[in-house]
Amino acid sequence: MATHEVTFPVADPEEILKLRAGDEVVVQGHIIGIRDRTQIRIFDQGIEPPMDLSGAFLLHTAPGVRKLGPGRYEKVCIGTTTSARMVRFTEGLGEQYGVRAICGKGGFPDDAIEPMQRLGMVYFAIVGGAAALETTQIEEIEEVAWEELMPECLWKFRVKDFGPLTVGIDAHGNSLYRDVQERARKKLEDIYARL
Amino acid sequence: MSIVATDLSRAVEDAAAHLYVWALKDIPQDLRDALAAARERETSTTGKRVLETITRNVEIADDQSNLVCQDTGIAVYYCRVGEDFPLHPARIYKALKAGTERATVDHPLRSNTVHTLTRENTGQNVGFRVPIVHWDFVPDWDGLDVKCVPKGSGSENMSFLKMCVPADGVRGIKEFVLDSIVGAGGKPCPPGIVGVGIGGSADYAMHLAKEAIARPVGTRNPDPEVAKLEEELYELLNETGVGPMGLGGDVTVLSCHVEHADTHMTLNPVAVNYQCWAARRASAHVAADGSTSYDREA
Repeated sequence: MATHEVTFPVADPEEILKLRAGDEVVVQGHIIGIRDRTQIRIFDQGIEPPMDLSGAFLLHTAPGVRKLGPGRYEKVCIGTTTSARMVRFTEGLGEQYGVRAICGKGGFPDDAIEPMQRLGMVYFAIVGGAAALETTQIEEIEEVAWEELMPECLWKFRVKDFGPLTVGIDAHGNSLYRDVQERARKKLEDIYARL
Repeated sequence: MSIVATDLSRAVEDAAAHLYVWALKDIPQDLRDALAAARERETSTTGKRVLETITRNVEIADDQSNLVCQDTGIAVYYCRVGEDFPLHPARIYKALKAGTERATVDHPLRSNTVHTLTRENTGQNVGFRVPIVHWDFVPDWDGLDVKCVPKGSGSENMSFLKMCVPADGVRGIKEFVLDSIVGAGGKPCPPGIVGVGIGGSADYAMHLAKEAIARPVGTRNPDPEVAKLEEELYELLNETGVGPMGLGGDVTVLSCHVEHADTHMTLNPVAVNYQCWAARRASAHVAADGSTSYDREA
């Protein structure tokens, strides 16, 4: 299992293709915060996001912030939410907007594997609940759109040494989550036979 | 209200405001110990990485006095009210609500509470029937114990209920718990505490499962039969290999707690309530004169 450093947004698809399920990754550059209501607005209500998402790294988050002034916020506590609720947006994010990486906790179900492989995307697993650490790695909230969805707005963060992340699903059809489930289901058969 | 009641209301409000923020920032020692033991025991590379990151995170929360997790949860309080405590539970509830709101505005804490149909955020982590308060009444006593358990949604979403039938027996209970936790995978932020409620009725089984997760990590049910089930489930759950954050590994759960109630001869309910690794809780004791002491470990 390799270790990588990747700066987002990425222009070269190779940056994503070199990542393999299980690899450790640290991220630099800019990442975009997004959540349930943000994506419902984009895809179910058909409203174009007012930020460029091409080559982007999306983080499943609804940050805790303090308002400084119109459109200006400082971080209080920023962490990551469960991804599985938002899996149905994966294909649209990759196909229509060129998103390259989605980061959250708990993983995506198997429906994400095929579109991620076809569109050259990865899923990064962060450590859920580790928000105190994550907050120190977010240098600044640079931009916020759709403030009326607070805290489920569209956020632009500048990050430094964001991670460690684990490649949960890669762009080659591999998923740690699928592997773990398959092994656990087999194990359950053994356990049930013993009960 | 009398002057005594006004002062006591204020004491309970202050306790709630303090407990909510304190629980979010400073996790109990039994949990710290359980996480350290998990890190020692874990052999997978990704599992170790996750557990080391958790340790680093807890240290940063301590150093910077920040929240351990951004999910400030839904505020849940467990109250033990003495029969001679001079403030009526109706007033205790109002004070807990005011304290929750004050902590949210003053810190500020992210507000999670929304109307369940419109999804409009109510703004201060309070709303209709929120916070959620569970009551226990104690005879021959004039004190009040309040335990605050902010419950995050990632783990609360991993709650499961099955009305097993008597013929399913204990085996049915075990299979349902194992199946639920494997199915939950990484979503509830493992390794955490699996709370299991058995017996009673459908609603009461879930209530018991929630009570189970609010216990200190690794405590055992006083009923030896139930304690045996806790031990067995703990071992079996860790055999599944789900691992830290569901990425595979040796440590899937830190503990399994079971609470039980007698039930109808035709019922065999089993409820599972998951508590993520950030198992936050903090307690206060309010005396009849309003003096308050705090206990992180209760």
